[in-house]
Amino acid sequence: MSVFTIEAGLALLGLALLLLEAFKPDISRRTLGLTAVAGTSLALVLFIFAPHDSGSLPGFIQPWHQLDSLAIFYKGFALVITILVLWLTLECAPYLTRFTVDGKLAEMFSLPLIVCTGMMWMASARDLVTVFVALELVTVSFYVLVAFARKSAFSLEAGVKYLILGALSTGVLVYGIAWIYGATGTMSFDGIAKALANPATSKTTALFGAAVLLCGLGFKVAAAPFHMWVPDVYQGAPTPVTAFLSVGSKAAGFVVLTRALDSFMAPGSIIGSEIQALLLVIGSLTVLLGSLPAMFQASVKRLLAYSSISHAGYLLLALACRESARFDLSSGGIVAFYLATYLPMTVLGFLGLGLMRANGLGEDIKDFTGLAKRNPLLALLMTLSFASLAGLPLTAGFLGKLFVFLGLADHGYWGALTCAVIAAAAGFYYYFKTILAMYTTEGTDVPALTFSGPAKAVAGALALAILILGVYPKPLQKVLTSDRPAVVAK
Amino acid sequence: MSVLELIIALPLLAALAVWLGAPARAASLGATLINLALVFYTAVQYWGKTGLAFTHSRPILDNPSLSFAVGADGISIILALLTTLVMLAAIWQIQDRPAIFYVSSLLIGGGALGAFLTTDVFFIYAFHELALIPTFLMIALHGRAEPALRKAVAWKATIYLGAGSLVLLAGLVWLVLEFSGGSKLTFDLEALRSQAKLTPLPDAKQAQIFFVLLLGFGSLVSLFPFHSWAAPAYATAPTPVAMLHSGVLKKFGLYGLIRIALPLLPQGAHVEWVQNALLLMLLGNILVMGLVTIHASRLDDTLANSSVMHMGYIFLGIAAGTEIALKGAVILMFAHGISIALLFGLCGRMRNQLGTLEYNKLGGLATHAPAFTVLFAFGTFASIGLPGLTNFAGEVMIFLGNFTEFKAGALTSLQWTVILALWGVVMSAVYMLRAYRGIFHGSPATGLFMIDPAFSQRVPFILLATTLLVTGCCPWLLLNLMKSAL
Repeated sequence: MSVFTIEAGLALLGLALLLLEAFKPDISRRTLGLTAVAGTSLALVLFIFAPHDSGSLPGFIQPWHQLDSLAIFYKGFALVITILVLWLTLECAPYLTRFTVDGKLAEMFSLPLIVCTGMMWMASARDLVTVFVALELVTVSFYVLVAFARKSAFSLEAGVKYLILGALSTGVLVYGIAWIYGATGTMSFDGIAKALANPATSKTTALFGAAVLLCGLGFKVAAAPFHMWVPDVYQGAPTPVTAFLSVGSKAAGFVVLTRALDSFMAPGSIIGSEIQALLLVIGSLTVLLGSLPAMFQASVKRLLAYSSISHAGYLLLALACRESARFDLSSGGIVAFYLATYLPMTVLGFLGLGLMRANGLGEDIKDFTGLAKRNPLLALLMTLSFASLAGLPLTAGFLGKLFVFLGLADHGYWGALTCAVIAAAAGFYYYFKTILAMYTTEGTDVPALTFSGPAKAVAGALALAILILGVYPKPLQKVLTSDRPAVVAK
Repeated sequence: MSVLELIIALPLLAALAVWLGAPARAASLGATLINLALVFYTAVQYWGKTGLAFTHSRPILDNPSLSFAVGADGISIILALLTTLVMLAAIWQIQDRPAIFYVSSLLIGGGALGAFLTTDVFFIYAFHELALIPTFLMIALHGRAEPALRKAVAWKATIYLGAGSLVLLAGLVWLVLEFSGGSKLTFDLEALRSQAKLTPLPDAKQAQIFFVLLLGFGSLVSLFPFHSWAAPAYATAPTPVAMLHSGVLKKFGLYGLIRIALPLLPQGAHVEWVQNALLLMLLGNILVMGLVTIHASRLDDTLANSSVMHMGYIFLGIAAGTEIALKGAVILMFAHGISIALLFGLCGRMRNQLGTLEYNKLGGLATHAPAFTVLFAFGTFASIGLPGLTNFAGEVMIFLGNFTEFKAGALTSLQWTVILALWGVVMSAVYMLRAYRGIFHGSPATGLFMIDPAFSQRVPFILLATTLLVTGCCPWLLLNLMKSAL
């Protein structure tokens, strides 16, 4: 079965669930949820055993679709995060249904499948039209998901903000695509790279187009100065959706950025150095504007939102460092590696938040007080998640950051490196402030927290993933470098 | 699986087990006892050997090349012995405390062992960070002060040590970039060392990198003027944490300088501006902190400040860089670790029983608690540098190591520093003897009563005191582990 068939099947399953819920209103949300989880898991298994080369795709799709190591990685990534989000939705369902109009969650189980299809499609894109269509499939589904808890004013506010800014950024993106088409006469990434290597191409036009395109994508990945929507939307959206936004939507944005930048900054490109400078500036700004405000947040969900901005900044800085002979990983590979480490730690953090919410607790730092006494296991897992997000050595988060820092140092981008280090230091402060609260014991005669067996299993698996990626990243490196020629020693 | 991997893993696994509900005291003591036996075994095996032993490497990343590589030479083994001895004493003396005390002690000890026994710069750094986290948490959560104050103390230490660690990371990355060669980034210390021997850097550049490393490692060791976190942190920290951090973890910075900075940058410490800066800073440790310590009015303040002060001597050994001075520095690291852990352990017990550590409220405890007094005397005399206890051996070697080339009338700046530093020994005698006399002798203070701890509770302290006596009378026991040139 080709990868393409799996993607199509996933979209059909999403539609089927949507119709099923509409025509059979008494179906339980558990059945719906479990079907979605089972369907996506099946897709993941099929995907793992499907042939992983472009030749296996149906002929009619090959001009627009490629299956390189990056595409394989991001497709797997999309499936994993979707399964986790669907499961998290099920776990939080009793709490979430209080805020929906009819007490149901149907679209919460079908839309993520559509989003997943979009992300998988995007990972293989070879031209800007495919990118645009797939990106819109993802974004439009998110408009609905963010505003899903309609009875909550926060969720509504988040939905409206996301819709307006999202639509605007889509417009900007299309505008950029149009300019690039005007400058290069093509939409395909290979064609753009070729045209940009030709000195006859108008540099101003191409540069303007590329910059506008970066602005549009900057919104999707929450790069400064297009990051202002993130805290409000993350805080307002239902927790599973926030996790999805923070991990899935970010990965989607970055796979597109990786592809686009690979063609804009290909060797010999006439706009390469300008784009690189732009990335360094945006990246430095993003790490700082994410990390510094995070220090002053009282709500952990908002704190995670700001931290997610600063993580986007590190990723942008990784993209600014092009090929280095001393690394096996390309800059796109480093981004993928970073996102792979980012997935378990972020989902674990949001899972903890969701479980606390389900136990009737709030999302502020003060609600974490005494967590270690109320549930030592949850406290341990959350500590691991936050320590990894902060970038503590021996956890997954450290390696991702180390690659970025090494890349910056290797290229001699000292200014950006300084910003990244300052942001990382600030990160230690705000994550450990939260960890400290968990172990504080004063005045906490509070009941124990409980959570279900499956929740323990999933959280434990995520924690294990954080540790394994932190101390044994070799297999992941292998996946990401499978189709790269060995680095030639200079 | 190498024996060293087992030594590193055991405390960490025990910590996890205790946190998830295993019987805290039994599991922690059991793991630590086994660990002590294992480290002792490696020491016996290494006896009289040279070079790196027990090596084992598991590659975890190809390029940049990273591997979980363990290996030990004499310095590592001596510091591992120190760690396990102090860890055993620190865990043994815990009484009626929640499980988190055992967990954090195991984590600090396990992290320190990881840092001392791995040979990959990445893991050396990583394990030290791992050990720092529980230190901060314990000071902030269970420190001996009002919540607001102990949080402030913990944050102060966090900021100093966090900033120091970042500077250190920058220095290490710089090293890695300089010494990796053109094709591949490697974090393997042995590879970096052979590259440094093959193509040494120009002296000026060595000096720059060495200085960055000195600032990074130095802040972790409370090198003057980056020392102000240390005294309040030790005075506030719960007893096992104070014992483990001042006794063991703080030695990491010195270990790093001897193990990483000196071999890779052999000329770095001898370029004039770096040497002068280092000598000024260490004189700050010895003389300024010596005077500060004399003015302390509480026992925990005295001990905390003295522990900052004594780091100056070890830096002096590193600054000299001669074979004998460096070996002296390692011996003094061991000796100081044992003696300060002994003193902090006894100090914590006094605080629990008496409720105060102010000199003007204490006196005459020797009449009620003779065994306690004897144990305290061991710590006191060791830290003064009395012959027969280990500290003396280390200090003498450091001082002599600066005089291997001696011309009367033409003293080098190092030798002048030694002459000034000797006054520190006098200051140590002043504050330690005054503390000892004020607490244990004289007329018993009214309303204070203290008895000797039960024998089982004396064991950890007897263990430490015996170690001081044995290695003090026979320093060759340690020197035989350091036969290879440093």
